[in-house]
Amino acid sequence: MIRSHVLICGGTGCTSSGSLKIQDEFVKALEANGLTDEVKIVMTGCFGLCALGPVVIIHPEGTFYSRVTPEDVSEIVSEHLLKGRVVERLVYADTGEEEAEALANVSLNDTAFYKTQQRVVLRNCGVIDPEDINEYIAMDGYQALGKVLTEMTPDEVIQVVLDSGLRGRGGGGFPTGRKWALTAPNKAPQKYVVCNADEGDPGAFMDRSVLEGDPHCIIEAMAIAGYAIGATQGYVYVRAEYPIAVKRLQIAIDQARELGLLGKDIFGSGFDFDLDIRLGAGAFVCGEETALMTSIEGNRGEPRPRPPYPAVKGLYGCPTVENNVETFANIPQIILKGADWFASMGTEKSKGTKVFALGGKIEHTGLVEIPMGTTVRDIVYEIGGGIPGGKQFKAAQTGGPSGGCIPARLIDTPVDYDNLTAIGCMMGSGGLIVMDEDTCMVDMAKFFLEFTVDESCGKCTPCRIGTKRLLEMLNQIVSGNGTLELIDEMEKLCYYIKDNALCGLGQTAPNPVLSTLNFFRDEYIAHVVDKKCPAGVCKSLTSYVVVADKCKGCTACARVCPVGAISGKVKEPHVIDQSKCIKCGACMEKCKFGAIVKE
Amino acid sequence: MKSLAELQAIKEKMQNKVALREGSGEMRVVVGMATCGIAAGARPVLSTFVEEVAAADLTGKVTVSQTGCIGICQFEPVVEIFEADKEKVTYVKMTPEKAKRVVEEHIKGGKVVAEYTFASENA
Repeated sequence: MIRSHVLICGGTGCTSSGSLKIQDEFVKALEANGLTDEVKIVMTGCFGLCALGPVVIIHPEGTFYSRVTPEDVSEIVSEHLLKGRVVERLVYADTGEEEAEALANVSLNDTAFYKTQQRVVLRNCGVIDPEDINEYIAMDGYQALGKVLTEMTPDEVIQVVLDSGLRGRGGGGFPTGRKWALTAPNKAPQKYVVCNADEGDPGAFMDRSVLEGDPHCIIEAMAIAGYAIGATQGYVYVRAEYPIAVKRLQIAIDQARELGLLGKDIFGSGFDFDLDIRLGAGAFVCGEETALMTSIEGNRGEPRPRPPYPAVKGLYGCPTVENNVETFANIPQIILKGADWFASMGTEKSKGTKVFALGGKIEHTGLVEIPMGTTVRDIVYEIGGGIPGGKQFKAAQTGGPSGGCIPARLIDTPVDYDNLTAIGCMMGSGGLIVMDEDTCMVDMAKFFLEFTVDESCGKCTPCRIGTKRLLEMLNQIVSGNGTLELIDEMEKLCYYIKDNALCGLGQTAPNPVLSTLNFFRDEYIAHVVDKKCPAGVCKSLTSYVVVADKCKGCTACARVCPVGAISGKVKEPHVIDQSKCIKCGACMEKCKFGAIVKE
Repeated sequence: MKSLAELQAIKEKMQNKVALREGSGEMRVVVGMATCGIAAGARPVLSTFVEEVAAADLTGKVTVSQTGCIGICQFEPVVEIFEADKEKVTYVKMTPEKAKRVVEEHIKGGKVVAEYTFASENA
């Protein structure tokens, strides 16, 4: 008789920090203590708190253990599972209060990281075993599909999605219900439902987590979409770089077929629907809907001009609905709980919740799901735990290479589609990268430009050549060869690319540059006029020098310098030879007297 | 899957198995499982509670959990039952047979088995 469940995170983050090894150790330790029949081990999807992985939760107590190592396992088993004593040193209990008493009683939902979150999309992630369809069914799984097929007409389904106000979570923010409504009336012998799981933004991993932690909800939602628009076949286009997600999704599809939740005559309703996986090869442009469909068709992943929109002429020339993973993940809940329930969360024009992948200079790297309209301040300081080392918040970057930044003075901006667009930023797929005072905004723009130059498919000239020229200009600026005129010219080129590129990738590629020019123009000017990088990041514009007054002549710096650029006698001030210095910063780190500074 | 009833059947069968993870049982049965408790025979008591609660289909409502030493080692095995808005009940010197009766009368019937409680033992 099972009396306790040990949930071990099997998401990509925790897997790479060793959760499979921990699973092995649990199996061994349970055996050694004769508890195998009493305690069940479940590998789940992501809990969200990736920074503290590997994560283990023990129920019924709900104890949350973080940073568990294989060596800790036998202690957890013999103390917690055998004797009922919580291993306090491993418990995560950051409640924002000093020394929480009785750690065992701290509910996970009261911790700073989770208490402001509202989990709709991620509701099953970290709770169920994604490889067992029965657990999904226990959590109301496939109830929405059953309801739709037995009680609702396709038009009613579309109306509920329309009324909910759900908008595309892949970044564009197009109303999902409208997309379905545009596709449904188009007559064709075949229609398709496509799930875009080609999550390519650097730093975004919410789609992966959903596929890994709750793959059945995507299957269910796609079948619902199929019923609504009259499609019988679906494809999930997922990147091959997500092996765990691909594996679990395939297991889920097989299980759904076995139970007849995919296939012919589902719920005896006469509705047929089946699903297949198509693997992407990692081209960023394939996240663009037309390029994605071209790729599914077996061609080189290149976008094509719209119109015709996929609603009319999509995959194989047939009417197609394409939605992002996170968008689909909302659908079963909307059907079950109603449009009003969903519309009660969020802001006027952005309903529901949004999952963000928090990264960069932040304490709690991980996945968070919050109602639309939560301010950047709450995300960074309340949920994210603030910035390490007490550094100053400088900006948050959203939308990846297509997005822009939110500067510190706008930190109280409520995050939704329209507010972000208004400040020249975008929601994007939900990557949120936090930057502190040590980040150079020109360098940040350059990073994203390098990415788009690499990923430009080359079909249209504005993107292929334009982004390349843009990057060259940025390189000139960071190497100290920029001029004020160059900045103006660069800005002009940005608008040219925006107006003329063929697809979303090109049209949004200049955004990181435009947004930083808008909010941090002074930094660009410092680079070209004063030839200084205020954050001290751009190597060509910074130099390390010894402050003679403070230098004790201990020779520590000279010994650590990898290129022998530092010279000086013992007990006399040293000097750095700028022509030899490679600006690695090793000397500054080594100096105990603060005698080496960056200029 | 040919009908909603089929889906419902799987759901009901599975619900008890995952209910353990909801952690918000209306009633909490806590068995003292420190060295003293184990030595006095707390393990069969714990498994009796787990089995009986499951057999009575109460997994969603009743959470069976364990704790360390409560401090009254001579009275082990000790079992405490917590219920919202009610005073904690402490049963002492438990056995599997006594546990069965507690499930039957207290957990299902709502009536404390007074003769097994700490209070009566100490009287």
